[in-house]
Parts: sequence; C-alpha cells; structure tokens
Amino acid sequence: MVRFLIKRLSLLIPTLLGVVTLVFFMIALSPGDPARVMLGERANKQQLETLRAELGLDQPLGTQYGLYLKRMVRFDFGKSIKTGRPVMEEISNLYPATIELAFFAMIFAATIGIIIGVLSATRKNTWIDFTSMVGALFGVSMPVFWLALVLIMIFSVGLDLLPTGSRMNVRYYFESITNFYVIDAIILLIREGDPKYLSSAVKHLILPSVALGTIPLAIIARVTRSSMLEVLTQDYIKTARSAGIKESRVVYRYALKNALLPVITIIGLQFGLLLSGAILTETIFAWPGLGKWLYHAIEARDYPAVQGGVIIISTTFVLINLVVDILYTLVNPKIRLQ
Amino acid sequence: MSEQLLDTESIEPIEKEPGRFREALHQLKKNKGAIAGLIIIAIFLFIAVFAPVIAPHDPLSQNIELRKSAPFTEGFLLGSDDLGRDLLSRIIYGGRISMIIGVVSVGIALVFGILIGVISGYYGGWLDKIIMRLIDIMLAFPYVLLTIVIVAMLGPSLTNAMIAIGISQIPRYVRMVRASVLAEKEADYVVAERSLGASNFELMFRSILPNCLAPISVQASLGVGEAILSSAALSFLGLGAQPPTPEWGLMIASSREFITSAWWIVTFPGIATLLAVLGFNLFGDGLRDMLDPKLRD
Repeated sequence: MVRFLIKRLSLLIPTLLGVVTLVFFMIALSPGDPARVMLGERANKQQLETLRAELGLDQPLGTQYGLYLKRMVRFDFGKSIKTGRPVMEEISNLYPATIELAFFAMIFAATIGIIIGVLSATRKNTWIDFTSMVGALFGVSMPVFWLALVLIMIFSVGLDLLPTGSRMNVRYYFESITNFYVIDAIILLIREGDPKYLSSAVKHLILPSVALGTIPLAIIARVTRSSMLEVLTQDYIKTARSAGIKESRVVYRYALKNALLPVITIIGLQFGLLLSGAILTETIFAWPGLGKWLYHAIEARDYPAVQGGVIIISTTFVLINLVVDILYTLVNPKIRLQ
Repeated sequence: MSEQLLDTESIEPIEKEPGRFREALHQLKKNKGAIAGLIIIAIFLFIAVFAPVIAPHDPLSQNIELRKSAPFTEGFLLGSDDLGRDLLSRIIYGGRISMIIGVVSVGIALVFGILIGVISGYYGGWLDKIIMRLIDIMLAFPYVLLTIVIVAMLGPSLTNAMIAIGISQIPRYVRMVRASVLAEKEADYVVAERSLGASNFELMFRSILPNCLAPISVQASLGVGEAILSSAALSFLGLGAQPPTPEWGLMIASSREFITSAWWIVTFPGIATLLAVLGFNLFGDGLRDMLDPKLRD
C-alpha cells in the first residue's frame, strides 16, 4: 500500500509540471501580444516596448519559462491585466462560490442518481427502468446551457418561483465571512435568528445546481444501475435471499453497500469535471465564481488570469482524481493486492 | 517457426473477423436502441445533405417586419427569430454544420489517436513512455477546459473549434488503441506474419489495427455526439461559430435575451441538438452491446 501511495504521489509532480508547462507554451505561442491587450489599440511603439520589458516579454522564451516556473512554485500568477489585482487573490475570493455550486450540484446528482439507479436495477425491464434509462440518455445528450435557459424560462420567468441568477438577493445587506454563502447564512441564522438569508442562498442555488448536476446525475444513475445488477447476481445475495432476509434489507443493506464502490469513483471524477463545467453554468446564472471569471478573462485576453485560472482548475482536477484513486484502492482489497 | 505457421489457432483471429461482424449485424436487428439511433442519425444526415432542398426559406434572409413571429404564423413552421429569419430553415442548415463538426472533429481525433496509439503500443520503450506522459498531461485538463483553452489560443472560429475538439478527443483513442495493440502484438498471427517478412507498417496497420476497431467504432459514435455538444457550447460562449452562421449553440446563445418574449427561439435549436446527440449516443451504446457484451454497463 505504501509503495502504491509513493508511486501514485511521485507521478503527481511531473503531471503538474507538465500542466504548468503546457499552459505556459500555449499562452506564449498564441497569437496576440499581452502588452497590446493591456495598453489598447492606441498605444505607441515606445509604450509597448517599455511595458514588454517590464513584463519580461523581451527576454528569450527559455528565460521567460524559467522565471515563470519560479513564480509558479510560489503560486504567484502575477497581476490581472483587467483589474490590476493579484490573480491568486482573485481566485481565492471566487473559488468558494464555484466549490459551493459544484458541491450542491453533486449532492443533487448523487442523491437522485443513486435512487434512480437502484430503482431501475431492482425493477429491471419494467417501465420504471425503461423510463429512467431513457431519461438518463436524454440527460447526457442535452446541451447544459440550453437546459439552464429552459429552466430559467419555466421556473423564473414563467412561474416566478426562483431567481434567474446571482447568489443572494441584492437588496439584503449581506457581508460574506467565508465566501460559502450557505455557511454564512447559517451563521447569520444562528446569530440573528433571521432565516431570510439562508432561504435566499438556497433558492439561488437550486436552478444552477440542477443545470450543472444533470449530466453527472445521468451518469451516476447508469453506473449505479449496472453496478447493482452485477452485485445482485452474486452468490452472497442469493444466500441472503434464501435465508429469508427481507428483500428491502437485501437490496439496501447488503447489495447497495458493495454496489456503491464504482459509484463513489464516478462521483469523485465527475466532481472534478463539474469545476470546469461551471464555466457555462456560472456564465448563464451570473454566478460570481471562478468559471464565469475565467470566461471573461479569456474574452478579454487577460493572460495572467487565464493562466492562473486554468492551472488552478486543472490542479484541483488532478488532485481529486488522485484522492479518488487512492480511496478506491483503500476500500477495494482486490486492487490493493496486485 | 514452421510449426507455428501450421497451428490453426494462429489464423483464427483473422478468420473470426467477418463472422463477428455478421453476428453484430444480426444483433443490430434485435437492439432497438441502436436501430432508433441509426434512424435518427440517418434522418439528420439526410437533412444535412439536402438542406437547400428541404429548407423552406433562406437561413440568412432577414425580414424585420416579421421578427419574432410565433410558430405556425406568417408561413414560419417553427416561428422566426429576432431578425425575422425562419427558425426551421436555420435549424436545418445548423444540422448540416453540426454533422460536419461531428465528423471532422472525430476524424481529426481518430487519425492522430490511432496513429499515435499504434506507434506507442507497437514500438514501446522510451517513445511509448514519452507519449503516455504527454497523454497524461492532456488528461490532467478537464475536457471542457481543454477545448476552451485551445480555441482561446487559436482564436475563435468554427474551424478552430473543430480542431480544438479533435485535439481534446485524441487521448482516449491513443489509450484505447495502445491497449489493444499491446494485447495483440504478441499474438500468434502477428508473430507468424512477421516471420513471413511483413514490414512493421504492414503489421501495425494491416494485421493488428483491424482487430482493435470494435472499441474504436463505439467510441467514435459517442465522440460525434460529444463533439456536437462541445461545439455548441463553444459557440454559445462566443468561441466557435460566429454570427450569422446558423449554428445551434450560437442560435441558443443569441436567444438568451428573448426568454421572456419568444420561447420558440430558445426551445427549438436545443431540441434539435438534443435529438442529434441522442442519435449518436443511442447508436454508440447499442454498438457497444453488440460488439462486446462484456463492455456493457
């Protein structure tokens, strides 16, 4: 196990170095001049060259890369061209919003997905199974941004039940403590006894979570179903049944526990993907998170911001995959022995 | 060596191939999902090819007086958009664009994925190690993010979106093909052919590759659906097709301001995308069940 851990962890460094390097060369070799972006079209040659020297862009690519690596080790992504503030500071302010959204999207996806998966497996080839699996297929075939617009059209514009975007009713005087609004709102509920913040935060989370969670929901439902079907044919389940144990107990107590192993892996992997899927969802719901910020950074050709955002999202993705991998090996003795 | 040549087992994999496909064809008739997928794909391909004949209007001709006409009014079957363009005609032409995107993107991914995968698996050694490290690095970027970053680098356009989607899909084929090649390259029939003097090229692409095609075709079908979705997403973000191209994602993007006033502009392009992608997913899933029951999920 220790050897597995060491092997897995030692792969982490070259992968992250690769990510950082790829991002550097993608941006360095892309057409367009950061100095030009910063100064605008009307800047003269003199100004451009001064700024290029200031940013180190006049150095040879190798020197630039060396300096860049040195900064990366300190998580120093430089300053955003658009706002002039350190990129890392902006990211750490915005990331909680994205993680909060991804977390609730995943709660929605995992709960409903597992329930649907178990129901379809235990009622294989019935209309419940058929409808669920067709539904899951629709779920993975749908453009997420379109679903988001349709949800807004129905629940915000049509029925006027839920807000169209942002994280909190703008009329509330609300100062965030943790940047996780639900946690903030709970603190406020305890401190001031006023539930309006919590209800507003939750209401704002519903539509974006549903939109972002639809694809993982469909995938989790399919994986749960197939995993359950496989477990349900195994001998120990037959033994449990023949021992006269109630069917519901067999399913939920004995089968589900083992069937959930691949499901948990999928949940982990999908969570990593949600962080980048949030680019679309956040843009539509005006969710002030990393995804929307990164989108605007790309639009504005704000190179340091794009660099920082891409590296942070990818690093999180790599780390989540690593944790999932290790957890899977920890709970599955079959793999550990190999 | 001569004994190995006479060994009937060594020729079996090659002879088994047509049988497996005939078997698959037989299975296809039983697989309702795959049939449904195939029918949907056929309809969309038909629409794509005959778009100019089928479309009742010019997808680009504007008629400001008739803007935002509801479906079934003013001769617009699915209504008109904010510039008075016929929505149905735009969706039909959009189908043509989406089919091209799907085929071109997956084509790029297939060509490079297969080439790199075969070489990596066949030659092994340091070349294989380097390629696999590079693939790992590409896979360290979430798929959506990778397409966005590549397009942002190349500049927003439909062609660049196709290239970005194609590149982002390469890793899966490399891994798949490499694994298959590793499994096949020591097989008796390969050893036999090598001893008969077959060149590396012949061994790689004529002997080994055909035996890896089953999982590739499944992935390719699912990949076309994914490419259509990704290109719609890129266009939605303004990184793919540019106005006035009748691309589905772009149509959905420009409908955003009309969600309060004209539901049809939002709804129909999305349904078209959903159906097209559904077709490829149904067919891909069905194909997987047919070609290899073990791969079933």
